[in-house]
Amino acid sequence: MACFIVSAVEAAVVTLVEKTAEKKEQKTADIELGKTEAVKIPLSRKLRWLRNMLLGGVVLLAFEHVWHGEVVPWFPFLTAMSDPADAAEMFHEMATIGVGMAALVTAAWACMCFAADSIMSRQQKEPTKTR
Amino acid sequence: MTLLITVFAAVIATVKWYNREDDSMRLGILLFMYWGASLMWLVDAIFEYAELKAEYFTPALEDMLNDTFLGLAVVALGLVIWVVKLLIADPKGSVRAALSRKQNVMN
Repeated sequence: MACFIVSAVEAAVVTLVEKTAEKKEQKTADIELGKTEAVKIPLSRKLRWLRNMLLGGVVLLAFEHVWHGEVVPWFPFLTAMSDPADAAEMFHEMATIGVGMAALVTAAWACMCFAADSIMSRQQKEPTKTR
Repeated sequence: MTLLITVFAAVIATVKWYNREDDSMRLGILLFMYWGASLMWLVDAIFEYAELKAEYFTPALEDMLNDTFLGLAVVALGLVIWVVKLLIADPKGSVRAALSRKQNVMN
């Protein structure tokens, strides 16, 4: 009914954290300019992956809800909000399916970050084997 | 069906991204969008399966057709978003080159 809203809220929070991390990294890069350091994926880049995954999913899921007539272009935008019983069901769906969606996407992102870090450290150990 | 079609789109986008020559096509946008939606629909499918059990795998023909159309529409929407973002970013400068050529012809 409106399960994608949970992911949309998470995407907004991730965007804020990403921007803060990006600013912090720029400051650190200015200070450490010239120092040779091991290649590491910046946190802001990793957060951008999560943001893109969440936002992409939210946009396509919102379209699905429009397709099924659950989201409308007029107030209150969610058809379930017009009836208290439907609204209660919607909140229950958000608390179960919505949270589950956000959790699975975040877990997949965490696995992806772990894999990316392992690939990068492997690449540093065996620089001759890389393309 | 929507989940299946989106997963296929995500896998194709990932393979295309892996075989890319450079980042100018911005395939990452497409990849993250389809994988994000696929994971979200997977959760939806798990909850639906828990409710319907085996009935989940035998949908009515009309529902399946509607879901197929929805899946194709979702893939099309993803492609449109990607193309628009690509044209706006214009990493190869093709849009800028085309516009400046047009201006030169007009002048």
